[in-house]
Amino acid sequence: MYVAVKGGETAIDNAHRLLADRRRGDRGVADLGLDQIMQQLSLAVDRVMSEGALYDRELAALAIKQARGDMIEAIFLARAYRTTLPRFGYTRPVDTADMQVERRISACFKDLPGGQLLGPTFDYTHRLLDPGLAAGQAPETPAVRAPEQAGMMRVSDFLDQEGLLEPAPEEAAKPVPDDIARTPMIYPLDRDARLQALARGDEGFLLSMAYSTQRGYARSHPFAGEIRIGEVALELDVPELDFPAPLGRIQVTECQMVNQFQGSAKAPPQFTRGYGLVFGQAERKAMAMSLVDRSLRATELGEDLVAPAQDEEFVIAHADNVQATGFVEHLKLPHYVDFQSELDLVRRLRAETGAGDEAAQEDSE
Amino acid sequence: MSTDARAFCRDEAQAIATYNFAYLDEQSKRMIRRAILKGIAVPGYQVPFASREMPMPYGWGTGGVQVTASIIGPDDTLKVIDQGADDTTNAISIRKFFARTTGVATTTATTDASIIQTRHRIPETPLTEGQVLVYQVPIPEPLRFLEPRETETRTMHALAEYGVMHVKLYEDIARHGHIATTYAYPVKVEGRYVMDPSPTPKFDNPKMDQCPALQLFGAGREMRIYAIPPWTQVVSLDFEDHPFEVQAFDRPCALCGADDVFLDEVIMDDQGTRMFVCSDTDHCNSRQTAGHAGEQDT
Repeated sequence: MYVAVKGGETAIDNAHRLLADRRRGDRGVADLGLDQIMQQLSLAVDRVMSEGALYDRELAALAIKQARGDMIEAIFLARAYRTTLPRFGYTRPVDTADMQVERRISACFKDLPGGQLLGPTFDYTHRLLDPGLAAGQAPETPAVRAPEQAGMMRVSDFLDQEGLLEPAPEEAAKPVPDDIARTPMIYPLDRDARLQALARGDEGFLLSMAYSTQRGYARSHPFAGEIRIGEVALELDVPELDFPAPLGRIQVTECQMVNQFQGSAKAPPQFTRGYGLVFGQAERKAMAMSLVDRSLRATELGEDLVAPAQDEEFVIAHADNVQATGFVEHLKLPHYVDFQSELDLVRRLRAETGAGDEAAQEDSE
Repeated sequence: MSTDARAFCRDEAQAIATYNFAYLDEQSKRMIRRAILKGIAVPGYQVPFASREMPMPYGWGTGGVQVTASIIGPDDTLKVIDQGADDTTNAISIRKFFARTTGVATTTATTDASIIQTRHRIPETPLTEGQVLVYQVPIPEPLRFLEPRETETRTMHALAEYGVMHVKLYEDIARHGHIATTYAYPVKVEGRYVMDPSPTPKFDNPKMDQCPALQLFGAGREMRIYAIPPWTQVVSLDFEDHPFEVQAFDRPCALCGADDVFLDEVIMDDQGTRMFVCSDTDHCNSRQTAGHAGEQDT
């Protein structure tokens, strides 16, 4: 006797109770606090903030805990929350030259005003697992320098002075910038919308796209003009006030890639720019973003379109991991009806070509 | 807002997160309603809209959920189906989402619902005036698998340049003797736009034509909304010598005996014994209650 499947509701509730249990794990182990995640898994928090497009360390930490450390799930949680928040306005453009710099390096110049500042980097660490860390050994007190009084000039500004670097692409005067969270993306995108899409794009996807340009698929001869990490001030123009209202400071990573360019029908030989700006400390992402930004400027600079990394629709439409994971994973959902339709068709096609008969014959042999 | 919905806002999400009635903020709903109105004004045209992230994954009905969230009011009665059934996991999940965030009444009876959100089916019970059918759409662009670029397909729609679709259907006939598209079968709406009916089986296509209910289509990930107003002509593409035809099943439903419905194939045992039952569970249950029986019960 066949009875139609029921009880899906109970099954879902049970599954979610089990999930909560597995998330907590062994009750004999201390529960993970959000402060611990914020402090000790801060780069994970940064990634959730940047790809979740929500600058809030506590919510990002909660998302990581709730997602059991699954980063894309955590990013999704942050994104689904931030989308419900009202838009109050748009801050003034942040001035990264005025950044309170914690790390700043340039691969183009040996030394420069402000110096090379390594900051808290994995670079030059030997990737040897550290038994001391496992044992909970306390770290040494770090050396600190006095904070700069003024800002630190950007490498791009030095190159600008000589006219070797293209001027920063002029954006058409817009009263407010494009906002990919509030308006539908229509291709081709303006660069501001494109940079937004890249800034919240998946780190792994952008990394691979950037890597492909280094291996000859639309090579752009890049130099890391400058990478800087630090805090910048946010200011909002409020109509009632005759001065910009300070909103506080956020940590960002900025990468300016400088790319050799032979010139084309549209532009003279010069260095061109690729730009990356990401919430938090996210150097890999900022570098990848700047390479991909540069390769996506191919049409604007009159370069031949030969590789996926130059194709805006291809790159931008597939860079969002929340969209990508949803659609790939939706294949888990029932597709009985479509499959039934296809079953019917394949059976009919096989019957018409006689394949069904042959198969039946082989079976009987 | 109902008492339940207010309770949701207050109790379950006090400290660091709160949500509006039907989850979306009112500005977002207004933006979506504008897109819906534009869609109704230009039947079959895909209106770009600033799709929001929803608390369920893209590809799991976020477009339909946003449309429903934007039109639902406290007096509505909601039905949610997936594959024709009210009790498939994702249908349950979406129904619970709205029950939780709006507190509206939910139902499984097609006739009692003012809004029906669906994935992959149109109910067997004919819809009536005043009802709204909201489809979840994965890929709204009927030309997408013939031309992957949005910039190209946009122009093709603008010029009503649908030759490639006819060529595709013709090639099917040349190779197989008939059109080999069984679901997401393209239709032309009111003689103008070629439209993807979402991956419903072509069995359901005739129900879209001159339907008394309003049909709304939401594609969240692809950021498109489109619509078929009530009493609109919807024609499945075909050729004079190869007219459109729907799937026919060579047996009735084993539970209710219906022979004019779409059937699911269920595998009964390790030997692969098959049984065919209604995909529309509400329709099947009502027929059984009304005394109809299939071979299993005879």
